[in-house]
Amino acid sequence: MKSSSRLGLRTAIVAVSAALAALSAVQVQAQAKEQFFPVLSYRVGAYAPNGTPFANGYVDYLKLLNARDGGINGVKITFEECETEYNTAKGVECYQRLKGKGPTGAAVFHTLSTGITFAVTDVTFADKIPIITAGYGRADSVDGTVFGYNFPLGGTYWGAADMLIQHVGKLEGGLDKLKGKKIALVYHDSPYGKEPIALLEERAKMHGYQLQLLPVTHPGVEQKATWLQIRQNRPDYVFLWGWGVMNSTSIKEAVATGYPRDKMYGVWWSGAEPDVTPAGDGAKGYRSLVFLAPAGQGAVHKDIVKYVYDKGQGTGKKEEIGEVLYNRGMTAALLSTEGVRRAHVKYGKKPLKGEEVRWGLENLAIDAGAIKKLGFDGFMVPVATTCADHEGGSSAMIHVWDGKKWNVQPGTYTPDMAIIKPMIKASAEKYAAEKKIAKRDCAKEQ
Amino acid sequence: MLYRENGQFKSSYGEDQQMLPILQDRRVMFGLLAFAFFGVPFLASDYLFLSILIPFLILTLAAIGLNLLVGYCGQISIGHAAFMSVGAYAAYNLALRVPQLSFLVVLVLAGLIAALVGMLFGIPSLRIKGLYLAVATLAAQFFMDWVFARVKWFTNYSHSGSVSTAPVELFGWRLDSPPEKYLFLLGVLVVFTVIAKNLVRGHLGREWMAMRDMDVAAEVIGIRPVYAKLTAFAVSSFYCGVAGALYGFIYLGSWEPLAFNLTLSLNLLFMIIIGGMGSLLGSYFGAAFIVILPIVLDQVPQMFGIAMSTATTSHLAFMIFGALIVFFLIVEPHGLARLWAIGKEKLRLWPFPH
Repeated sequence: MKSSSRLGLRTAIVAVSAALAALSAVQVQAQAKEQFFPVLSYRVGAYAPNGTPFANGYVDYLKLLNARDGGINGVKITFEECETEYNTAKGVECYQRLKGKGPTGAAVFHTLSTGITFAVTDVTFADKIPIITAGYGRADSVDGTVFGYNFPLGGTYWGAADMLIQHVGKLEGGLDKLKGKKIALVYHDSPYGKEPIALLEERAKMHGYQLQLLPVTHPGVEQKATWLQIRQNRPDYVFLWGWGVMNSTSIKEAVATGYPRDKMYGVWWSGAEPDVTPAGDGAKGYRSLVFLAPAGQGAVHKDIVKYVYDKGQGTGKKEEIGEVLYNRGMTAALLSTEGVRRAHVKYGKKPLKGEEVRWGLENLAIDAGAIKKLGFDGFMVPVATTCADHEGGSSAMIHVWDGKKWNVQPGTYTPDMAIIKPMIKASAEKYAAEKKIAKRDCAKEQ
Repeated sequence: MLYRENGQFKSSYGEDQQMLPILQDRRVMFGLLAFAFFGVPFLASDYLFLSILIPFLILTLAAIGLNLLVGYCGQISIGHAAFMSVGAYAAYNLALRVPQLSFLVVLVLAGLIAALVGMLFGIPSLRIKGLYLAVATLAAQFFMDWVFARVKWFTNYSHSGSVSTAPVELFGWRLDSPPEKYLFLLGVLVVFTVIAKNLVRGHLGREWMAMRDMDVAAEVIGIRPVYAKLTAFAVSSFYCGVAGALYGFIYLGSWEPLAFNLTLSLNLLFMIIIGGMGSLLGSYFGAAFIVILPIVLDQVPQMFGIAMSTATTSHLAFMIFGALIVFFLIVEPHGLARLWAIGKEKLRLWPFPH
C-alpha cells in the first residue's frame, strides 16, 4: 500500500512536470509555406446554438480554400480552434495560446465576443496582430488612427441602432414623429448589449422619444421581471439586443405578455434560426436587422459541398449550410483571407506576419465584381477600408420571420455618419488618453 | 530521513520563533524562491506567464485573503469576488482621478477601501453564523455586481460598462512585458504571504482561531468577538481588494463587472476547500489546482495528437475536473495542504519507517 501510494505520487509529479514542460516549450515549427488562422469558437455553453454554425461556416471556408485553390496564392492555410464558451477570461487565454502558432504567428483573430474584443484590444498594440470584429466589437474602433489593429468590418452597434431608429422613424412617417414615442431596449447585460445605448440616447435627445433600458443578466433565461415592465409601460417598439438563448426566451416572453412581435426588432445577432425556432409559431412576425441576404445558398456553397462535404471533410451537418449564422461565419473567413490576399500584393506571396496582414485589411477593396468572382454574390456588401476608416462601409436591411424562413423586406439602410462620426471621435480620443496611446498619422503610412 | 530534525537545537528565542523552524524547509523555500525569482523569468514562455502564472499568483493572493476569514476565523463568505471588484474599481478610479499617485499607493488605498466595505458586510457576522452568514455575504456579491453595472460614475461613464486601464508604471519602470509583470506580482505575493504568516501566528491570528474553534469559550477567556470578527473581515477584504486591483490592472487590463461575478467567488471558495482551510500553503495549492488544471486538461488531447473536437475536449475537461475535485475531497477532506503534511511526516522516517 505504502509503496504504491509513493509511486502514485511520483508519477503524478512526473506527469505534471511533463505537462508544464510541454506547455512552456517553444513549439518547433517547420518553416513551411503556411499561414496560420486561429479560430476562437464556442460550441459549448449557453451560446453554443449560435456559436456552432458560425464556427462551422468559418472553418468550412478555410477548408474550401485549401481544397479548391491550395490555400491563398499557394500559401497553405492551417488553423486551430479554441473553445471560449463566450467567456472573456477563457477567450483571452485562447488568444494567448494561439497567437504565436504557425511559422509567422496568427494572421488575424475574430474574437467573436464584444467582451473578449475589449480585453484583447489592449494587447494587440504590443502583439501587432489585427482583430476583425465583423458586425460587433467596440463601435469607436472604426477610428483606425487610435485602434490600429481593430477592424469592425461591415458595421458597428452604433450603426445598427441608428438604422433601427431610421426604420421605425420611416414607419411612423418621419423621424420627427418619434417625439413622445416609447422605445424599450432589452439588452444582454454585457459590453455587447450596452454598446448601442450611447447612440440611442444621442438620438433620443434629437427626436424626443423616450428610451427605456431593460438589462437582462447572462445567460438570459430569466426575463419575467423585464417583460413585466414592458407590459406595464407598453413601449411602441422593443429593440432586442440579445444573444444565444436570451433571444428565444425574449420572444417567448413577448408571446406570454401579448406584446406584438412585429413591433420587436433584433440586431443582426438576434435574427437567425436558433433565435426564433425555439419559440415556434409565436415568433411569426418578429423582425431583425440583417446584412444583405442572410440565409440561402450561392456559388460558394456549391463549392463547399463539392470540395469539402462530398469528400467527408465537412465541419457541421450538410443541411445547415446556408443558415444565417453559417453564412456569416463564412463571410468572416472571407474577410480574413481576402485581407491576407491583399497583403500578398505588397509583401509577396509568402506567410505573413500580423502587422503585414493589417496592411491588407486596411487596404481592402472588395467591390461588386470581386464579390461575384468569389462566389459571394448577394451575400455581402462591398467593403473598402483605409488606414483611418476600419469599418469600410455599412448597410443593412430588415427581415421578417414567417414561421419557416426569413424574408427580406425591401429598403436598405445606411447609418447616418453625421451623428456617429463625432461620437466615434470623442470615444476613441478618450480611450487614447486613458491608455496613453500615441495616435497614428495615416498620411505618412500609406 | 529527509525531514529529520534531529540535532537542530534552538538556542535563542529568535531561533525558536522563526517562520520555518526546520532547516530542510528553509533550504527548500529559499531554493524555490530563488528559482521563482531568477529561474522562471528566463525559462517560461509568454503564454505560460500570461495565461497561467499571472492569474495563479493573483488568485493565490485572493485565496489567502479568503482563507484568513474562512479558514482561520471560521466565518464563511461566498461573496469575496465582490471585495475584489471593490479593490479593482477603487484602484481604477484612484488612478484615473488622482493620476499623480504611485501605483503602490493606489494598491494600498484600494485594499483599504475594500477593507472598509468588507467590514460593513462583516457586521451581520456578529449576529449570525454558519450557512446563514454565507447567505448574507452573498448579498455583498449581488450588491457590488449591481453597483458597478449601474452606477456610471464608477466606470467613468463608459458607454459599454467596460473600463480599461493604462499600463502600470512604478517609479518610471513600465510593467509591460510578461516577465516584469510576473516578477512584480511575485514580489507582492511574497510580501503579503509573510505578513499573513505573521498575522496568523500572532495574537490576532490566535484570536481568530479561538473564535473559529468555539466562540463562546473565546468570549469567556476575554476575546472580543466584535474585534476579532471585524478584523478578520477587514484583513481578508484588504487582501482581496489588493488582489482585485492586480487582477484588473495587470492581468485583465480592461474588464467588465462580469469579471468579478459569483463564479469567481465560488472558485475562490473551492480553492481554499481543495487546498486546505486554515493553511497558507493550501491557498497556493488550491489556486494552482483551480487555475492550472482546467487549462492543462483542455490541451491534453492535442498534446498527444489526438484529434478531438473542441466541444468534446471542453466537455471532457469539465467532467475530469469535477471528478478530480470529488476524488481529492474523498481522499483528503482537509485539502491538499494536509496531504503535503502527511507526506512530510512520512519523509521524516523514510526510508526506515520502523
